[in-house]
Amino acid sequence: MPEANFIFPNDVHPPWSIMIVLYPYVTGLVAGAFVVSALYHVFRQEALKPVARLALVTSLCFCAFATIPLLLHLHHPERCFQVVITPSVTSAMAGFGFIYSMYMLLLIVEVWLVYRPEIVERAASSQGGVMGLFYRILALGDREITPGARAIDNWLIGALAMLGIPVACVLHGYVGFLFGAIKSNPWWSTSLMPVIFLASAIVSGIAALILLYQFICWRRGKRPDLDCVRSLCRYLWGFLVLAFALETLEVGQMAYESGGEWHILSVLLTEHLAVSYGLIQVLIGSVIPFLLLPIAIIRRLPGRLTTFLSALASLLVLIQVFAMRWNVVVGGQLFSKSFRGFVEFHLPVGGREGIVAAIIVLILPVVALWCAIKIFPVCEETDDSEISQLQGIQE
Amino acid sequence: MRQIDAKTGCDSDACSCDSTESDENTRRQFLRSARTVTLGAISLTVLPSTLASETTPSSNDAGEPENGKESTPLYGFLVDTSTCIGAGKCLTACRVENNVPEGQYRTWVERYIHFKDGRIQVDQVPESGYAGSDVEKVDEDLVERAYFVPKLCNHCEDAPCNQVCPTHASITSPEGVELVDPDLCIGCAYCVQACPYGVRFVNHETGNADKCTWCYHRIMREEQPACVEACPVDARVFGRLDDPESEINKRLATVPTHVLKEHLGTHPKLHYIGISKEVT
Repeated sequence: MPEANFIFPNDVHPPWSIMIVLYPYVTGLVAGAFVVSALYHVFRQEALKPVARLALVTSLCFCAFATIPLLLHLHHPERCFQVVITPSVTSAMAGFGFIYSMYMLLLIVEVWLVYRPEIVERAASSQGGVMGLFYRILALGDREITPGARAIDNWLIGALAMLGIPVACVLHGYVGFLFGAIKSNPWWSTSLMPVIFLASAIVSGIAALILLYQFICWRRGKRPDLDCVRSLCRYLWGFLVLAFALETLEVGQMAYESGGEWHILSVLLTEHLAVSYGLIQVLIGSVIPFLLLPIAIIRRLPGRLTTFLSALASLLVLIQVFAMRWNVVVGGQLFSKSFRGFVEFHLPVGGREGIVAAIIVLILPVVALWCAIKIFPVCEETDDSEISQLQGIQE
Repeated sequence: MRQIDAKTGCDSDACSCDSTESDENTRRQFLRSARTVTLGAISLTVLPSTLASETTPSSNDAGEPENGKESTPLYGFLVDTSTCIGAGKCLTACRVENNVPEGQYRTWVERYIHFKDGRIQVDQVPESGYAGSDVEKVDEDLVERAYFVPKLCNHCEDAPCNQVCPTHASITSPEGVELVDPDLCIGCAYCVQACPYGVRFVNHETGNADKCTWCYHRIMREEQPACVEACPVDARVFGRLDDPESEINKRLATVPTHVLKEHLGTHPKLHYIGISKEVT
């Protein structure tokens, strides 16, 4: 057993920092939010109708900024298009440009189809000006919103949502694969990694939507639809159990096998990640929400308590998922490839990969979402009757 | 009942295409345009990759004859830890030859000390060697055995760094040398993570991935890598693996050698004489 504390000299400065933590975090929110919209559009979970549009728009807004952390991380961002111009077929990372573009395109088309009635209506009713021009451009010359046209739209929305599920799984499963396929790193190299990332992505997306939905309702002085909140909490609990089970199984199997590198991984977990893994990821972010969420879905519970418990659990889950990303990305670089020692990780306040930049990266999609909500309705039910009517016609 | 047109493959029930001449012309024009666009897209995607591969200096760049009589050499590297004295000359030679920034390393030398009580101490040989350095002295009476292990790129046959590079910046030269194309590297550091040996780094002056190239510019002139030339005890041996008479091949054939982290299946072309399992 190696007693010496020696690290390879090039391992002193971990090359991946906070931006590589944010990248899977943001794409996870994208994939997770999309899954919620698909639960409504594909699996007809009517209880989720109040958040179906919000889920789609949230997914789009976060997806629009998913590349920012990567660009901030690259030492040569001006060469970023080399990934699609000279892609290597053996590189998992080379797939990002294609997968991301496909997903972004799918989201844009689906959001456009969902909001087409509002766009056409506003393009027709506006007297001119910048906003009138904006809506006329968005209408793309198609002003037909007859029941027949909407039936086609709805069919396309369903088809895109269905197609979007495997694409979302690929988008985030692939992020996990980026880490899982690195055989040089025993903390990353596990075939469970893509599945773990996928499960935790769905968890983070649902949790973000619970918070966003209740926040929007609170800002508008409206009471949130409790059936919708309870339904989201049920899904959150289910996927949380799945994600936590997978994460625990991964570490449990490593410990049980006690393979060649367990001597360094055990020290990593018990000393270097004791707070971020043991306390935040497991106890605060997983166990407490696991206990809170079943209480939040009790029907006899006062509405305020349901909203409070669900919001609290969702917040903790979001922290858990961030901690999970941190523990994977940063944790995997805390030990040297000599497997004989640990390195220090310093997170600067300023700079491209500093705390301030990270906060801005997280705020940008929220600002975009706020702007989108100002323009288009996301939680209103004014179109519900129309959609139901059109669905009836379609059927 | 569905009927498929034998010539066009068209479902006559589902499709209302009367094959008029004008339709055929339009279709031909469309297919021609589509072919042009497709070929254009393929050339845009594939050609730069091909060109990128061709930017690798070929054997002809080194002035070798073009008559095809001499085959492209395949190089390998051997480190004899039984002769290395930890002089550190190789470290300075590498840094000077390749302008390696301070604090980053294309090569380094580790010192392994086995104490009589079973402990193992590993540290790094100072670049200036031990003479005059402030490295803590070790009581020789407590030491069972000690040896030095020079580290550098393993130039693996199945290089994980090469595999993960998204832009073809990490390439293998015809001589089997792992290189980085500085014009294609985006500085993502994925190769740094993928390398099991810790020999890659992102050069903080250029922003590119950087690593030992076995002094590619020198070996193409049929010179030895700078570290090999600087070694006072010939602990580093560089040569052609495809030449049975080369020094490296003779020694590989007669002396037991090891490679690092063999279980990862990277098939390094860097071999070691005299290392034990504690060397990672």
